[in-house]
Amino acid sequence: MLRIFTASIAGGLFGAGLLISGMTDTVKVQGWLDIFGAWDPTLAFVMGGAILPMIFAWQIANRRARAVLGTAIPASPGSEIDRNLVIGSVLFGAGWGLVGLCPGPAMASITWGGSGGLLFMLAMLTGMYVAPLVRSRLTLMSSALS
Amino acid sequence: MPLDWIWGLIGGLTIGSAAAFYLLVNGRVMGASGIIGGLVDRSGWSTWAERAAFLAGLVLVPLLMRPFLSEAPDTHITGNIAAIIAAGLLVGVGTRLANGCTSGHGVCGISRLSLRGIGATVFYLMAGGLAVIVFRHFLEVI
Repeated sequence: MLRIFTASIAGGLFGAGLLISGMTDTVKVQGWLDIFGAWDPTLAFVMGGAILPMIFAWQIANRRARAVLGTAIPASPGSEIDRNLVIGSVLFGAGWGLVGLCPGPAMASITWGGSGGLLFMLAMLTGMYVAPLVRSRLTLMSSALS
Repeated sequence: MPLDWIWGLIGGLTIGSAAAFYLLVNGRVMGASGIIGGLVDRSGWSTWAERAAFLAGLVLVPLLMRPFLSEAPDTHITGNIAAIIAAGLLVGVGTRLANGCTSGHGVCGISRLSLRGIGATVFYLMAGGLAVIVFRHFLEVI
C-alpha cells in the first residue's frame, strides 16, 4: 500500500516539474528542435536540471542492493545499441518533432490539452498497443534477410 | 521570455527529484512510456496499481497547480488532425520499440551513463530536429 502512495508522489512531482519547466507547451519543445528557426534553449536546462539529481541517485542506488521499499535496484539494461533501439528512437523522435509532445507531457497536460491532446493520447496508446506486433514483424523481417 | 530558462532549470530539478525518489524509494526507473506501455500491452500488469498511482499523480498534480499559475497553461498543439494522429502513433510505437522515451532513456539513462540511453537520445533528437525542419520549413504543415 505504501508503494502505491509513494508512486503517486513521484508521479505528482514529475507532473509538477513538467508544468513548471514549460515542457507541456509544444511551442517550447519544437522551439528547441527547430535549430533553423527561433531556437529556444529551455529544454537543455530542463534536461540538465533533471539529470543532475539522478547522477547522485544512481551513485546511492549502485551502493545498495535494494530500494527503501525492498524492491531490487533495476539492473543495467546493457550497452548494446540494437536495431529496435535505433528504429524505435527514430520513429519516436519524428513524432515528437511533428507535434512537440512526448509521453510524460502528453499525460500531464491531458486535462487542459483539449481535443487535440486527447486525440494524441488515443493515437499514442494505439501505437503502444500495436508495438509488440511491430516488434515481432521486425524480428521476422531481419531473420528473413539474414 | 527571459526567465524561461530559470523555470526550465527549476522544473528540470523537480523532474530529476521525482525520478530519484522513484528509483530510491520504489526501486523503479521513471520512464513515462514504460509505465504507460506496460499497462497498455499488459507486460507490466503485475505492478498495475503502482503504475496507475504514478499516472494519477502525473495527471492530478498539474491540474491542481493550474489555479496558482500567473497564466493558464496552453499546450499550443497543432490543429492539423492528420499530424496529431501520425505523431501519436509514431511516439507510441517508437517509444515501446526503443524501450524508452525522454524520461527513461534521456533523464534516467544519461545520468547512469548508459550507452543505450545516450544512443537513443542522439537518435530521437536528430529525428525530432529533422521532422521540424521538414514539416515546418519545407512542407509548412505545422
